[in-house]
Amino acid sequence: MTVNTSAADATKESADSAKEQYLSFILGREEYGVDIKKVQEIKGWDTVTRVPYSPPHVLGVINLRGSIVPVIDLRIRFGLERVPHDATTVIIVVHVPGDRGERTVGMVVDAVSDVYNIAAEHILPPPDALGSIEKVFVRGLACQDGKMLILLDVDGLVVASVSDAAKAAA
Amino acid sequence: MAATILAVDDSASMRQMVSFTLKHAGYIVVEAVDGVEALEYARSNAVNLVLTDVNMPRMDGITLVRELRQLNDYKFVPMLVLTTEAGQDKKMEGKQAGATGWLVKPFNPEKLLATIAKVL
Amino acid sequence: MSLDLEMEEIVKVFFEESFEGLDAMESGLLTLDSHADRETINTIFRAAHSIKGGAGTFGFLEISQFTHSVETLLDEMRNGMRAVTPDAVQVLLQSVDVIREMTQSAQAKQPIVTVGADALSGELARILAQKGGAAAATAAVSGAETTAGAGPAPGANPAAGADAAAPGAAAVRSKPAAVVPIIIAPGSIEGWRITFTPEPTLFKTCNDPLRIFHELATLGPLEVIPHVKALPSLEAMDPTLCYLSWTLVLRGHVEHARIIEVFDWVEAVSTIIYEPLYLGGAIGEIQEPRGNPAPAAPSRKPATAEVTAVAAAAAAVPPAAPAAALKAAGDAGSIRVATEKVDALINLVGELVITQSMLGRFSEKYDPADLEAMRRGLIQLSRNTRELQESVMQIRMLPIGFSFNRFPRLVHDLSRKLGKKVELKLCGENTELDKTVLEKIGDPLVHLVRNALDHGMEMPEQRLAAGKSETGTLELNAFHEGGSIIVEVKDDGAGLNKARILAKARERGLIQEDEILTDEQIYNLIFVAGFSTADKVSDVSGRGVGMDVVRRNINDLGGHVQIFSTEGLGSTIRIRLPLTLAILEGQVLRVGKEIYVASLVSIIETVQPTRERLSSVAGRAELFNHRDSYLPIIRLHDLFDIEPDSRDIAKGLLVVVEADGRRASILVDELLAQQQVVIKSLETNFKQVPGLAGATIHGDGTVALILDVPGLITNFLERQSGRVELAA
Repeated sequence: MTVNTSAADATKESADSAKEQYLSFILGREEYGVDIKKVQEIKGWDTVTRVPYSPPHVLGVINLRGSIVPVIDLRIRFGLERVPHDATTVIIVVHVPGDRGERTVGMVVDAVSDVYNIAAEHILPPPDALGSIEKVFVRGLACQDGKMLILLDVDGLVVASVSDAAKAAA
Repeated sequence: MAATILAVDDSASMRQMVSFTLKHAGYIVVEAVDGVEALEYARSNAVNLVLTDVNMPRMDGITLVRELRQLNDYKFVPMLVLTTEAGQDKKMEGKQAGATGWLVKPFNPEKLLATIAKVL
Repeated sequence: MSLDLEMEEIVKVFFEESFEGLDAMESGLLTLDSHADRETINTIFRAAHSIKGGAGTFGFLEISQFTHSVETLLDEMRNGMRAVTPDAVQVLLQSVDVIREMTQSAQAKQPIVTVGADALSGELARILAQKGGAAAATAAVSGAETTAGAGPAPGANPAAGADAAAPGAAAVRSKPAAVVPIIIAPGSIEGWRITFTPEPTLFKTCNDPLRIFHELATLGPLEVIPHVKALPSLEAMDPTLCYLSWTLVLRGHVEHARIIEVFDWVEAVSTIIYEPLYLGGAIGEIQEPRGNPAPAAPSRKPATAEVTAVAAAAAAVPPAAPAAALKAAGDAGSIRVATEKVDALINLVGELVITQSMLGRFSEKYDPADLEAMRRGLIQLSRNTRELQESVMQIRMLPIGFSFNRFPRLVHDLSRKLGKKVELKLCGENTELDKTVLEKIGDPLVHLVRNALDHGMEMPEQRLAAGKSETGTLELNAFHEGGSIIVEVKDDGAGLNKARILAKARERGLIQEDEILTDEQIYNLIFVAGFSTADKVSDVSGRGVGMDVVRRNINDLGGHVQIFSTEGLGSTIRIRLPLTLAILEGQVLRVGKEIYVASLVSIIETVQPTRERLSSVAGRAELFNHRDSYLPIIRLHDLFDIEPDSRDIAKGLLVVVEADGRRASILVDELLAQQQVVIKSLETNFKQVPGLAGATIHGDGTVALILDVPGLITNFLERQSGRVELAA
């Protein structure tokens, strides 16, 4: 007698296919995740050239194989205490769509952690009290291996931090 | 062995379309931009079919057909002129010059292949 | 390549070709005004013909249909059946515009708007309806003609057949076919008996009866009965002639039109008799072609034996979409490059590879004795790289003629519209400049030319009254000077009226009542936003919104614009542009820990200021006394919030800069090297920053910011004084 398992299989398959991969990184005591499809590369600290009229979280620009790429310090952006940048500092370079075409931006973080597969239905909506991280660019929360992961919407984060709309602290 | 077709048209896009269509059907295609080039080629090369536009600089298609018919190798090569639907007189002129027949522009690839299949 | 992809590539070629053809038509038409040359008309005709044919083939039926009327008019002109009149030329020029627009729509994969085409079609139809008015009209030939001539084959009776011959065709046909007119009783045809008697010369056109029979056989069961009566003896036979005739019996419900189609190519050189076979009709044995075909042909009526399938008419023209603003098709993101330039490039890359591999050897094993050879290798490398760079830049260089070529038409149309007589002279069309600069200088030039024609050029009567020739001259001139390209727009019109400009400027509060200005400063007032001395706003050059935009565009390209004028004699507008936008000749300078690059074009000189020459006004504006003028001092460290070596001006350097006729000085700590830098965009990933024109990669791999000197000067002065200031 054959048991019809196709229905169960189908459900499992669709659940798997709804998973997205997130690259997680550490900032202070928190762990954050970003959609891995947006991550172009991870590099070490580089000499940053300051750009006038930039808000404090925009450290400046770097030379990434001939392209001029702005670098955002996420600690400053999220209102955490600043730490000095050294050889252990990591820059995650992301590539996101913008109003004028695609942008490449670097984000300074403490360290890169891991890659997680997270199913869409396991993402919890962001809580109301979230500190200085604007809810605009937090996709939600997820639980992985007993820790809480704050999932960021990279597109929104970049727009809010870098584009003309951002108010410059002149 | 695949048949060789000499395609003559001063419009590059038309030449390419004809060439592309014929090559995909397995023919070998030689392109010429006008009557002078075609005649030059024909003097030392033989083909199985000539397909020529009428309006071209330097030498038009009708004159080309007339000239080709003077060449020994081309006395019995089928030749088709490309005319527009309004060019009744061109069809007759072509025939008078020795053309086998004509193909009316605009034509689609299927029509082109079907017509050529009739003579080759 | 997939079918679709390859077709798309071919269609792209069609578009390119068509635009070239349209340009050729336009320049040809413009010369027709002065003298109508047969060869030119032919060229214009062929271009229209090609576009029509291609458009039809690739499915752009609106274009094909409209171009058809244009082609018809041109055909009449080239056949001498119609005179070339200025009005006809004007309509043709407008038609070229319309076809161009439609082709641009097609290229952009947008719906083709036929509003313009429909309107012009009416115009063209009107002209075509009028008598040609020119020489030998061998036009309208009577339809019914039958030249009996030598009978094609014994026994056959060429029945009189009236064909619907197109006008002019009859003169060309030698032996019209005898096509027996038939009244078809629909649905009752069971087959056909066809008597086919070709002329002996049939084979000379490589028409093979066998092929025809094969084709007929695809329509139904076919019986072929040859008739050999005409065959001569073997010795007398010429193998290149056809001595046979045939009776063909085809069974099936086949339409007359379809049968005729099969004989299309040979009907002019044969006698063909079509007899429909009806249900119940006896066929009987056929041994010989019957002499009298009468029994089978019920009656005669002019036959319309034409079977040409005209697909074009069937095409439904799509409803005119609301005219959505078409993005300027302009740049398709590709460049056509002369083969020599590419070859030169390939050679240089080859040399570079050699030099590089030569140097590579040294990295494997190092021997101090090799140092000299290595040094020479590096010099070689440097030379290779420089040559390669120059060669690559050359690829992007295009002759300014591409921009100039729109002007003959523009000047022609505009002067006609304004009622002015103007001759356009173009010089230096081959002067090359960077593709992007070329693209961006187009609009400003158009504005300047329109302005010159509208405001500068006088009406013919005024010119005569002033003792000038009736026809004015407008000259566009381009040449290289130093590392720049100079473009001049010169007219011999009325020149600029200083008094009027001053009055207007005072009226608009742009200058103080008692301000004394040099001529150059007065002329530069024209470039200020909102300024216009036109008595009435002409729709040609707008309300003066243009000139400030023109200057801004030129400045954005890294260039300058100057005006020279003499009242009564004319004006010259002189534009200086960099040859390329990608590379800058720069001065690297340091302020505190930051490195910046300033374009050498903006730098006059660098001075070490002495305390006596420094002064300040009202404790605010700091000034430097330099060569008898007072230059405002821009503290870059303040603007950019940098910690400088020292805030004491006397301890630093002042870089004297100039832009748009205004001078200032920038305080820096140190001057570093002068070098060529590659300009990189800050906006791609970041945003536009005031005071900066871009960024570049410094020798050590870090980013150095490029200063926007004109912007710095403007912003600084505006902030200082609250209004636009003219440099002292």
